[in-house]
Amino acid sequence: MENEHIVKSYDEELTQIENMTLVMGGLVETQILESVTALCNHDQKLAEKVRVDDKAVDVLESQINDLTLRTLALRQPLAMDLRSVICALKISSNLERIGDYAKNISKRTQVLADIRSVGTAERTIKRMGEMVRKMVTDVLNAYINKDLAIADEILLCDEEVDYIHNTLFRELLTYMMENPGNITLCMHLLFIARNLERMGDHATCIAEQVHYVVTGSVPEENRPKADKTSQMIVEENCESKE
Amino acid sequence: MIENNDFAPENTIISSKNVDVFYGDKQALFDINLNVAENSVTALIGPSGCGKSTLLRCFNRMNDVIPICRVDGSITLGGQDIHAPNVDVVSLRQKVGMVFQKPNPFPKSIYDNIAYGPRIHGMTASKAELDEIVEESLKRAGLWNEVMDRLDKPGTGLSGGQQQRLCIARAIAVKPKVILMDEPCSALDPIATATVEELIDELRERFTIIIVTHSMQQAARVSMHTAFFHLGNLVEHGATSDIFTAPKDERTQNYITGRIG
Repeated sequence: MENEHIVKSYDEELTQIENMTLVMGGLVETQILESVTALCNHDQKLAEKVRVDDKAVDVLESQINDLTLRTLALRQPLAMDLRSVICALKISSNLERIGDYAKNISKRTQVLADIRSVGTAERTIKRMGEMVRKMVTDVLNAYINKDLAIADEILLCDEEVDYIHNTLFRELLTYMMENPGNITLCMHLLFIARNLERMGDHATCIAEQVHYVVTGSVPEENRPKADKTSQMIVEENCESKE
Repeated sequence: MIENNDFAPENTIISSKNVDVFYGDKQALFDINLNVAENSVTALIGPSGCGKSTLLRCFNRMNDVIPICRVDGSITLGGQDIHAPNVDVVSLRQKVGMVFQKPNPFPKSIYDNIAYGPRIHGMTASKAELDEIVEESLKRAGLWNEVMDRLDKPGTGLSGGQQQRLCIARAIAVKPKVILMDEPCSALDPIATATVEELIDELRERFTIIIVTHSMQQAARVSMHTAFFHLGNLVEHGATSDIFTAPKDERTQNYITGRIG
C-alpha cells in the first residue's frame, strides 16, 4: 500500500477516480455478457437493454474525464499519481469503446431476429464473448491490485481471441459460399466476431496501461499478434486460405 | 551508495566528488557526487534543510564567508579544482554568478547595478564599451525595453519581478559560465515568475544554470536534469522527465507526490 498524501482530499480524489473506473468496468463486463447472451438466445428484450444501458457507460466516461481533468488542474499530480490519473483517463476511453462494440452487437442481434442460424458460429461467438469478458474482468483486477503479473498475462490472452476470430472467419466464409442465402446472417456474425476481437484489443490496451502505472514504462512491443483475417483470401471451389 | 549518485551527463561543467559539508559539528551534506551538464538547467529539489542551498553555495565558495562551515571533498569547474590555492575566489564568483531568493539590487541606479561587476573586474576599457555591456545584459534579461529610458533611476524603485531580472542582468554582465539561482521566483507573483522562467529558457543556450526551487512544477518546467536531496544526501539525479514521471527511489516518489514519507 502506498503512503498517504499529506492532503487527504487528494487521496480521496484519486480513490474516487479509481472507483469510478471500476464501476464503469463492471458495467462494461455486464454489457459484453448480455450482448452475447442476447445474440445466442435470440433475446430481443435483452438486446434492447444493452443498447439502453450503453448510455450509462458513456455518462461514466464523461464523469471520469471531468474528475481527472480537475485533478490534473488542481493537484498537478507527479510520478505514479500522474501515471495513475492519465491511465484512468485512457482506460475509461478503452472501456467506452468496448461498450460501443457491445451495443453494436445488440443492434445486429435485433436485425437478425427472424433469421435462422447456421452451423456452430453462434457457439463459437459465445466462447469468444466469454474469453473477452474474462479478459476485462482480469484486467480490472490487475488495475485495482496493481498486479503486473496478471496484466502481462492478458497481453498473451489476446492471441487466443485472435485465433478464434480467424477460425470463425473461415467458417463463415464457407457458409456464404455454400449458400448465398446465408450472406446476411454471416456478414453480421462476422462483424460481431470482429467487435469481440476489437474488445480483446482494448482489454489488451488497458493491460498495457496497468503495466505502465506499475512500472513507469510501456511493455515491449513483441507480444504475439494472431489476427490473420486481414490477409485471408477465398479461392473458388475450395476452402478459404490464409 | 546510490546508483543515481553517479549520473554523468556527457558534457560536465561542474563536478562534485565526495563532498561533505559541516556547520560546526553538524554535518549538512554527506558524500555528494554530482555532475552538472553544461548549457543546461539543473534543478536541485528537496525539503527544507536537505542541503540543496548549501551545495549551491559550495559551487562559488559562498560558504567561505561562514566561519564555522567546512567543505571536504573536491569540486571542479571545467576540470579545475575550485579550492586549489591558486584560485582567486573573486574571479571564481565572476565565473559562477548567483541570484538569490529575494531580489537584492544595490542601492544604486539601474545602470550602476549592471556596470558594477564589469567595472570591478576591469572588463571594459571605455564608457562606450560599458554602455554596450549594460544594454546587452539588460536585453538578455528581457528588461531593456522596460528600463531603457530610466537607467539613472534607482534599481530599488523597480517592481519585484523587474528587480529580480535586474539581478539576473547583473549576474550575466560579468559573462559567467554558470549562474546559481536560489529560489529565484519564490518572492514573485505568477506573471513575474513566468517571465523569469522564460528568461531561464533563453539563458541556458549561453549559460549553465543550477536552480534551487521548492516548486516541483517549476523544476519540471525549466530543468533538463533534476537532483533530489533528502537529509543531506543526494538521493536521485537524472533526466527531469524520468524523475517526475517514474522516479526510482521511494523517497523521491514520496516527496514529489506530496506523500508522508
